[in-house]
Amino acid sequence: MNDQDNKVEAEGFSLDALQEGNPEEFSRLVNAYSSKIYRLAIKMLNQQQDAEDVLQETFLKAYRGLKSFDGRSKVSTWLFRIATNEALMVLRRKHPDFLSIDEPVETEDGEQEPVQIIDWCCLPENEFLSEESKARLDAAVQKLPESLRVVFLLRDINDLSTHETSEVLGLSDTAVKTRLSRARLRLREELSAYFGERVNLIREAQRNQSIEISSKRGEKVFLHSAGEDKK
Amino acid sequence: MNETKKRHEHKNCRELLGSLSEYVDGELSNELCNILEHHMEDCEDCRIVVDTLRKTVNIYQMTAETEELPGDMRQRLFKSLKIEEYLE
Repeated sequence: MNDQDNKVEAEGFSLDALQEGNPEEFSRLVNAYSSKIYRLAIKMLNQQQDAEDVLQETFLKAYRGLKSFDGRSKVSTWLFRIATNEALMVLRRKHPDFLSIDEPVETEDGEQEPVQIIDWCCLPENEFLSEESKARLDAAVQKLPESLRVVFLLRDINDLSTHETSEVLGLSDTAVKTRLSRARLRLREELSAYFGERVNLIREAQRNQSIEISSKRGEKVFLHSAGEDKK
Repeated sequence: MNETKKRHEHKNCRELLGSLSEYVDGELSNELCNILEHHMEDCEDCRIVVDTLRKTVNIYQMTAETEELPGDMRQRLFKSLKIEEYLE
């Protein structure tokens, strides 16, 4: 019992108040997790209206289900489980041929070997935060198969631990690690194609600029020495 | 000499690929960590893959933190849950 209290207290919510249906405490829970749940839904579904529906449905179900919440997992893990199931249900409705999340991905031929070997870490930070970059980041996530995407979103976008992610998805910790590894390597590949190109463009621009500067310098030197000659 | 080095690297790169994600999280076992770091001393390609993998994770985490729920959606959410009086 104490253990349960500690877990809920650790997240800053009173489980008693939540289970009594206290609207103020519930609004605090909504405030704390609505952005994260929306982020998960929009990146899973790539469609704003669907994501908003998932968001609302998650908190409606949470409100109704709080009374029977046993506190064995963190309240946030429980919320993410509801949200993930809602999002997967939408996907299954829209794509009946959708691969089940429980299906082992281990049958695929393991990690794809890296093809893009270019170091783009040296790019200026603002390159990574541009609107175009953000669109590329989102597009790369959309390319992931759902079974990898959901693991990546929970772990890296919503900052859940490996174990919390395995609790949300009903997978083993090892399966979560394997899927995360594959998701990240595929994303790295996609991002390397884009940012690698940016590195090449910037290098080319710098080369052209330095040619321009040195030719201007050359001109100045020439003019200067021509002037001196006149003296 | 070069030939030997190339073959050795290529074999190890493939085997180590699955442990790079745990490595960037700092969760790889000591033993594998040593093997990987030793391998990277001679393998520029793997070093680049590790650096760009770490950067990939880093950029996603950085941009995620800035993505908030749009205000109008938040209002509709609070209304649908009948808690709009607590909307700050």
